[in-house]
Amino acid sequence: MAFSSEDLSTMDSIIKRYPRSRSAIMPLLHFVQSKAGYVTNEGIEVIAKLLQLEAAEVTAVSTFYTQYKPTPVGEYHVGVCTNTLCAIMGGDAIFASLKDHLGIGNDEVTPDGKVSLEHIECNAACDYAPVVMANWEFYDNQTVESAKELVDSMRAGNPKPPTRGPNRLVTYKEASAVLAGLNDGLAHEGVQAGEPTLLGLKLSKEGK
Amino acid sequence: MTKLVPVLSAHWDEKDSFTLEGYKRHGGYKAAEKALAMDPDAVIQLVKDSGLRGRGGAGFPTGMKWGFIPQGDNKDHYLVVNADESEPGTCKDMPLLMANPHVLVEGCIIACHAIRAKHAFIYIRGEVTHVARRLNQAIADAYAAGILGNGIDVVLHVGAGAYICGEETALLDSLEGFRGQPRLRPPFPAIAGLYARPTVVNNVESIASVPAIVMNGAEWYQSMGTEKSKGTTLYSLSGHVVNPGQFEAPLGITLREILDLAGGVRPGHKLKFWTPGGSSTPLFTDAHLDVPLDYEGVAAAGSMLGTKALQIFDETTCVVRAVLRWTEFYKHESCGKCTPCREGTWWLVQILRDLEDGKGTEADLAKLLDLCDNIMGRSFCALGDGATSPITSSIKYFRDEYIAHLTNGACPFDPVASTLFVGAGA
Repeated sequence: MAFSSEDLSTMDSIIKRYPRSRSAIMPLLHFVQSKAGYVTNEGIEVIAKLLQLEAAEVTAVSTFYTQYKPTPVGEYHVGVCTNTLCAIMGGDAIFASLKDHLGIGNDEVTPDGKVSLEHIECNAACDYAPVVMANWEFYDNQTVESAKELVDSMRAGNPKPPTRGPNRLVTYKEASAVLAGLNDGLAHEGVQAGEPTLLGLKLSKEGK
Repeated sequence: MTKLVPVLSAHWDEKDSFTLEGYKRHGGYKAAEKALAMDPDAVIQLVKDSGLRGRGGAGFPTGMKWGFIPQGDNKDHYLVVNADESEPGTCKDMPLLMANPHVLVEGCIIACHAIRAKHAFIYIRGEVTHVARRLNQAIADAYAAGILGNGIDVVLHVGAGAYICGEETALLDSLEGFRGQPRLRPPFPAIAGLYARPTVVNNVESIASVPAIVMNGAEWYQSMGTEKSKGTTLYSLSGHVVNPGQFEAPLGITLREILDLAGGVRPGHKLKFWTPGGSSTPLFTDAHLDVPLDYEGVAAAGSMLGTKALQIFDETTCVVRAVLRWTEFYKHESCGKCTPCREGTWWLVQILRDLEDGKGTEADLAKLLDLCDNIMGRSFCALGDGATSPITSSIKYFRDEYIAHLTNGACPFDPVASTLFVGAGA
């Protein structure tokens, strides 16, 4: 795919956020993923040209960070937390069952291109363990069954909404645009907090 | 009995707590107004007097850090907020930002004024789309309302999945557009930080604590907490407990008190081990239930307060499996710059895998401890040090369990028993 003149002007506005242009590498890589679904060679070349760097310098940054994908992921990229706490509370079982259910391994995509799977590290939602992420939106308190239902809904083209997130699950490309710092207008959707987040406050109001 | 004191979390139960309107309903941005009318040095002094200490783990006095920024040097100064929250078990900053991103924006304005910075960057981890969305909207709304843009700019910078970028100098390299690898110190960021300019790097919770301090005064903040650990903070309880969640309390509350509030360890089970502040802080056991959870109390008991990430594991949990998984995490996240950490964490994983599979020997325990000795303190940053914490502390408290793997020839635990859905037909 080629980047349109509109894309290039968006990239230019991303660069202008920073006092020094090189700082824009990371949001620009997210932006490339929002267009291509992964970090393409063409995307690397365009970033290098815009920032007056060598392509190798941009590649060196891209390959350091696990969220920049060298090959296409699914429309819905599913991450199962298998860091210690989530793993022990069920994350390992969820990850194993999703691999089996989808017939794919870690870092692989279903043949229909709908779902990709990755085991992820702690995602800062431990009070909602076991945690599954999809396009980096929260799916809290998962079980083997609920996780299977989630990926089934994705493959059926009607993904369940996140637990704490917008009313619908955005695609991987759409989520990447948010991570590039672009506004998709969905910030007001979804809960402000889940129950565990509010537990201390609630108890305090009961005089605890 | 220590009482909960919601300050940061006071209005999280209002549906629109994350909006500008919801924030202003409770005096939002009044503190910035007040601070901007003060002399910057007076703001630094106020934060010093409050006793606020860094909530990202190290507990360095926030006001003192601000005071290190050279003044009148005719250089650009920067504020960088560390929102890379990735330490295993840590889950306070993301819910805070989801429920109330404006308090961080207001804290940025006050901190920028104090350190004479025109630019703040918020470096948030990349794996939290909705939190980034909320924060970005809050910044946009603050600009639209004329709160930002009058001499102070705030830019959201989204990371891309590297734990090491929570380390402040790796974060700065990452923000400059490089691979996120730590820098040798000195020079410290206060002298040569972002773009080699004087820079303050603070955790989200530290900066978010500032508006309330400005509004209510240093004495009010000083009145809470313990002798050297002042104020309130978010304790994040997770794991094998009846009701996990966030508990905002004065520093010095104990795990026994928090567990009582949370309904205790899950029914029919008992506490086996826990982390006081994430996986990089040495493990505690049921012998540490009454340790005051402040910086000094936890240190005196042989661990660190860290991020106050209280991860609770009951007796169904294999400590070797838990430690192996954390070690695999450190190996994966080691940036590769320093040999002791890069090679050391790799070998730690090999040995621990054998031990968990019951294939090691008792000499492997000595080898693990020797490796830890050779990793500790020998790298640019503390990632490698953190990797040794669960290993050395688990061998200290649970040596017999390691041995049981060897005599048994396999892990003696049933992993299903420690899941939440045991017995639920899953």
